[in-house]
Order: sequence, then C-alpha cells, then structure tokens
Amino acid sequence: MHSVSVKNLTLKFGSAEVLKNLNLDVEEGEFIVLLGPSGCGKSTLLNCLAGLLELTEGQIHIKGKNVTWAEPSERGIGMVFQSYALYPQMTVRGNMSFGLKIAGLPKDEIAKRVERASEILQIGPLLDRKPGALSGGQRQRVAIGRALVREVDVFLFDEPLSNLDAKLRSELRVELKRLHNRLKNTMIYVTHDQIEALTLADRIAIMRGGIIQQLDAPQTIYNRPANLFVAGFIGSPAMNFIKGATVDGGKRFQFGNVSLDLAGYEGGAILDRPKAILGLRPEHLTMVDEAIAGHTIPAVVEIDEPMGADSLVWLLAEGRQMSVRVPVEHRPAPGKQVHLRVDIAKASLFDETNELRI
Amino acid sequence: MANSNLAAGPSGAKPKPFITPQRAVVYTVLIVCAIFFLFPLYIMIITSLKNIQEIQSGNIFIPTLHPTLDAWEKAWNSACTGLYCEGIKVGFWNSIKITVPSTIVSIIVASLTGYSMANWPFKFSEVFFTILLLSSFIPYVVMIYPLVIITRELGIYSTLPAVVLVHTIFGLPLLTLLFRNYFASLPQELFKAARVDGAGYWQIFFQVFAPMSVPIFTVAVILQVTGIWNDFLFGVIYAGPTNYPMTVQLNNIVNSAQGGKAYNVDMAATILTGLVPLAIYFFSGKYFVRGIAAGAVKG
Ligand SMILES: Nc1ncnc2c1ncn2[C@@H]1O[C@H](COP(=O)(O)OP(=O)(O)O)[C@@H](O)[C@H]1O
Ligand SMILES: [Mg+2]
Repeated sequence: MHSVSVKNLTLKFGSAEVLKNLNLDVEEGEFIVLLGPSGCGKSTLLNCLAGLLELTEGQIHIKGKNVTWAEPSERGIGMVFQSYALYPQMTVRGNMSFGLKIAGLPKDEIAKRVERASEILQIGPLLDRKPGALSGGQRQRVAIGRALVREVDVFLFDEPLSNLDAKLRSELRVELKRLHNRLKNTMIYVTHDQIEALTLADRIAIMRGGIIQQLDAPQTIYNRPANLFVAGFIGSPAMNFIKGATVDGGKRFQFGNVSLDLAGYEGGAILDRPKAILGLRPEHLTMVDEAIAGHTIPAVVEIDEPMGADSLVWLLAEGRQMSVRVPVEHRPAPGKQVHLRVDIAKASLFDETNELRI
Repeated sequence: MANSNLAAGPSGAKPKPFITPQRAVVYTVLIVCAIFFLFPLYIMIITSLKNIQEIQSGNIFIPTLHPTLDAWEKAWNSACTGLYCEGIKVGFWNSIKITVPSTIVSIIVASLTGYSMANWPFKFSEVFFTILLLSSFIPYVVMIYPLVIITRELGIYSTLPAVVLVHTIFGLPLLTLLFRNYFASLPQELFKAARVDGAGYWQIFFQVFAPMSVPIFTVAVILQVTGIWNDFLFGVIYAGPTNYPMTVQLNNIVNSAQGGKAYNVDMAATILTGLVPLAIYFFSGKYFVRGIAAGAVKG
C-alpha cells in the first residue's frame, strides 16, 4: 500500500491546464521533494493533495483510502506554508491547539500533544508568545509544530524555508532531516532550491509545466538525468552541453575537430545519431597539460571565479564556452592553453531530437 | 594628526533647523485649513451661549460676557418642531433607533458577503462582484421611488423598519466591496492553514479573520454611523413623522418661524445634532486612518 498515490491527476484553472495527467506513488515514510522552476505547478499539486483545490480529473489516495473528495482536515495530512501562516492573534500554544480544539479533542490530550511537539521542536519557552514576537526561524518551527500535533501520517511542506536567510535555512534543513529520521512520516516537500532537494530527498520529482520529468533518487537524478531539462536544471554550476554527433556505430562523439571515445558510457544503445548532445558536469572535467587522443578537449582559459575551496574556470573549446571546477590552488592563468579530460562514465548523452538521455 | 582631525570633524546626526521652507509651507496651509473649518464652529458656539438681545445688538464675532446654557436647554427639551414643542431630544432618540440597527445589520451582511466572495468563490461570484462595483456608482435618487413602493407593499412604509431597511440596502455595495477587498488582501495561506486545521466557514470567519479585521470593522462602523446620522432625505421619506431623525427635526426647528428667529437655539440644536459624528471622528480618527491604510495596502 502506498502512503500517497496520485492517479491521472489533471487540474485546470479555467482553460489553463496546470497539472497534466500526473501520476505519483509515494512509499510509507518516504521523503519526496517536488522540485522545479517557479510556476511549474508544485504548489498546485500540494494543494490538491491537501484538499485545498478541486481536481478537474483523477484520484488521490492516502493510506489506501480514496480521499479525492474529502475535506482537508479529514485526509490525515498536516501542512506547513512558506509564509508560516500562523494565526496572528493567537499565542503559539493557541496556534498549535486550534485544529485539535476544532476536532473536539479533550483538553489534557491537547496539552499532551502540544507539550510533546514543543519539546521536539524546542519551542517550549515560546508557547505563550504571539507570532509577532517571534523570529522567522521560530515562526516556522511553530508552523511545523502545528502540523506535528495533528499526529498524521503525511506532512506537506510548501517551500517552508524560502522566507528564511541562508544561515537559518541550512540550520532548519538539518533539523527537518533529523525530524524525519525520528518520526518516519511520509513527507512531501516543495522547493525550487536544488540544494534542499538533493540534501533532504529520498526521491526527487522534477517538474516542468505540470508534468513530472523524472522521479528518482537524488544521485540518479544528478548522475543520470532523464532528459536535457533535468540535466540543465540540476547541478550548480550548470552542466556543459556540447552539440555534436555520434559516429562509428556509436563508438565516438564528434564535434568540430574533436572526437571523443565513448567506450565506458553508462546508458543505452548509442547508435549513430546525427544530432546528439554531450553533457559534462564542471566537476567531472579535469585540466591536464598533455592531450590524450579521444579523451581530451583542447581549450583556452578565459576567466575564473574563485568560490572558496573551488574555482569555476571558464574556457573556450572549439568556439564553445565551457566551465570546469578545479581546486582553488590549481587555478590556471587566463590565456593558458589546456586540455580538458573527460570522464565518459560520468557523462550524459542526449538525442537532440527528443531531448531524452541515451 | 589624523586622529585629531577625526575628533574635530562633525559626528553623529546632522542637526536640522526646526523651521525649513518646506515645513513653513505645510504648516501655513494646515493652519489656514484649520481656521477655515473651525471658524464657523466658533461662531456657532459663541452664538449659542448668548441670549437673544445680545445677538440682535452685539457683534457676531465677539463672545458674550454672560454665557448662558438657556438656549441649549431649550433646544434639547422644548424647541418646537412643527406641531410639538419637545425639543430635539425626540430626534436624537429616533436617530439612535435608526442608526444602531442599520449599522449593525448592514455590517453583518456586508462582512459575510465580502468574506464569501473573497474566500469561498461560488459560481458567478466574479459577475456578482462586477454588478456590485457598478451598482455603487448608480445615483441613489433613481431608487427612491421604487423603494417607496416596495416598502409600501411590504406594509412598512413610514415606519422605523422601512428606514432601517433602506439604509441597510444603500450601505451594502460599498461596505461589501470594502470587506471583500480587505479579506482578499489577507494572506491566502492563512485561510488554507485554517482549512487544514478543520475550521469551516463560520470558524474561519469568527476565530481567524474577525480578530484580524478590527481596523476594517472600525472603518465600516464610522462610515455607516456618520452616513446614517447625517442622512436627511431617507429619514423624511421613509421614517414617518413620529420617527423623524435628528437632522429632520433640526430642520423643523430652524424653519418653524414663531416670532423672531432664535439663532442661539438654532445654533445649539445644530451643534447637538453634529455632536455624534464629531465625537466618532474625534475618538476613532486614528483607527479610521489605520483602517483605510489597511484596506489600501496589503495588510
Ligand atoms: N488560483 C489560480 N488561478 C489561476 N491560475 C493559477 C492559480 N494558482 C496558480 N495558478 C497558475 O498555475 C501555475 C502553477 O502555479 P503554482 O503551482 O503556484 O507554481 P509553483 O510551482 O511555483 O508552486 C502558474 O502558472 C500559476 O500562474
Ligand atoms: Mg509555489
């Protein structure tokens, strides 16, 4: 039995189709991250799961129960929002117990749950304050607490860390991971931040235009992106794309005067494709002084951007811009002639006609 | 050397002269405006404290040396409003009886309608909104006669319920817009959070939104109370002579010519009539401004 199961979900706002025949199965206790550019329908999907939007077509099952038409509070979900959405006139305690009071739970049970949640989130000292007197990080903790006290199986997060500054964001990110390890609930987490996605997720669903492009473990998404969009979206600095063709029955990749040996490529049958794209991550290229036939690309250093431990070096190779990540102490001087060594086992090949990974 | 230079130079906030040219202009304009609006009030007050001989012989701008509240007493208790000579207090209580229920009913209906339109969109709610928007621009004069017929058919013409009904109806378009816009400006995620918490239509309204909406309710109360209190026309048309509001009674006092004009009584009665809106603005001006701002800017 899946924890959450979305079947053929379509959602339209008027005539605009925001989610298109979407399917998603989430396992019990899984941490799923919905990742995609702004406006791709992540929040819309989450709101559908929560029962805050009416689907146009399809079904939603939570814990095996068809909840397609159920009220938000009857679905066994808790939700955390980007803007915290705390009730400003209520204390922290009031915020956390509001839903429980409406559900008609006895007073001592409410007190017990609030106690437990505030202990987990370390917000005990804040219980009698109003949200206005809390910092952003504290507010989001309270909002998580409000979801926690519901003692439900599925938590929905809609960009919960986006309103926080970088330092707090990374702190709360770790805390969320700890929370998940401890509670083992199913979590569905929306973000546009790939670091959050890569660090938190058991599986990432990459979305674009209301369609899930790829649903896989973070490492798979990173190493074997299913298509050009995913490849370009994941990874910062972004992957280098080189347009060329596969020749010799798929044994070599040819562009300009360069011909690369494809032996060791991990993927499907390469074949001869007149329009192919080779994707190389900046961290999978190394700079060497000597050319190795079939394994290096000659290039000239343009500029470099030191980023602390590493430096991102920009080069011109066969008239194309490429970037390479090197340890900062190995920064080459601008104008230097180098050779970029390709690790073909970590490369991705795409067919340009359908943009899919080969 | 460098240190001493540092110590000698300016430090801290730059001192500003109290009067700058910009300020002088602003203050001048404000003072002129204040005089323009306060001067009539001043004349009214000093005249109401004079006796009739002083008014006839003295200078209108100069206060009396022997102030008396006789005119006020007469205006409140025994001035003649047509057939009866019971003062303006009758009108005062009538105005209360008209204003209080009209304000309460119109605000309840408008806030719920506005809340429904903003947060529980129903079929054609946008069409409804457009109609509402347009209807607030229709001159109300065109609806006077139809409403006479309607209230007559309902059997309430010339009664308190008729005038309350009319005030409520005329208050609704603007108030509903006001509330709709205010509720639409509240964060949508707050509404969603309450839904997930299991709160329904009424619980969200009373427990989540209403406590956040004090400013807009204040604005609505002020608009309605002052508007209805100052109304003359609907009072004359729909209330019937026994329920004439204070404004109508005031008009009757001023226009009922028995003997010479009692300017002091007229002035006192006028001030008494204006006292309620004046007091409301005086005590709630701060909230009024705050509420208007909250309605305009995203709160
Ligand atoms: N209530 C709405 N009415 C009409 N269009 C909407 C509504 N909410 C969202 N949209 C549109 O649906 C698309 C997806 O929105 P959303 O799910 O919020 O994206 P995101 O992935 O950034 O969370 C956007 O193009 C947005 O403009
Ligand atoms: Mg969103």
